[in-house]
Amino acid sequence: MLIRQQVRKVAEAIRLGLISQTKIVTAASEIARNGLVYGLGGECLIEETLRAGKPAIRLVIRDQGPGIADLDRAMVDGYTSGKGLGLGLSGSRRLVDDFHIDSQPGQGTTVELWKWR
Amino acid sequence: MIERIPILKLGPFLLLSIQVDMHDQLALDLQEDLTEQIVRHKAKGVLIDISALEIVDSFIGRMLSHIAQVSRILDAKVIVVGMQPAVAITLVELGLSLDGIATALNMEKGMRRLEAMVAADESLEESEGGEDTDASTPPGD
Repeated sequence: MLIRQQVRKVAEAIRLGLISQTKIVTAASEIARNGLVYGLGGECLIEETLRAGKPAIRLVIRDQGPGIADLDRAMVDGYTSGKGLGLGLSGSRRLVDDFHIDSQPGQGTTVELWKWR
Repeated sequence: MIERIPILKLGPFLLLSIQVDMHDQLALDLQEDLTEQIVRHKAKGVLIDISALEIVDSFIGRMLSHIAQVSRILDAKVIVVGMQPAVAITLVELGLSLDGIATALNMEKGMRRLEAMVAADESLEESEGGEDTDASTPPGD
């Protein structure tokens, strides 16, 4: 998974601590896997930016999949529509500093992840 | 690009060290290879070194649990060693508890623990049939 290396590179560039680096890379890996498994692939934007004056990394992962009908339910630990553990979305939200998800049935899913120093 | 993770045989044990970034196909191949080798070598224990793994996400975590369960059914103990501190913190926050997986801080401790687990198992087998089977005191570390 190429995305992990690229996220790691940016996280190092903004000098995130090792634990924060590991968290954002893990979250990216979870969300990207969702995109691949449920969303049949998609695109990922990784950018180095500022958030409230602090160096930050921002990821936007978008897929063209079936979307998620019930977002609140999808964010609950242990809920899965597939054969996973149901930790991907809820777990990733805990690993990052800011988390947005946008999804409509039939419109794909977009997840935005932030981690700052 | 390494296509397979090498599995080494050491006496009754199998050793493997995951030194590459774990992509999903590699994880699936590893499960398959390992179960096959456990049976072929009649291995009693498996030591998995993950000190070089920079992340463990839910997929890899699930793979480790899966390996541990399958191995148990095949009568082999599994111990995972060398997890990086940042990886451990991330795993807990993610919500993965790695239930049922024995762990040790490093290879040396892991090997000793594995030997103790297997020895405890064998002494249990030997005393089977005797009236007083006491497995309540496995050697700690």
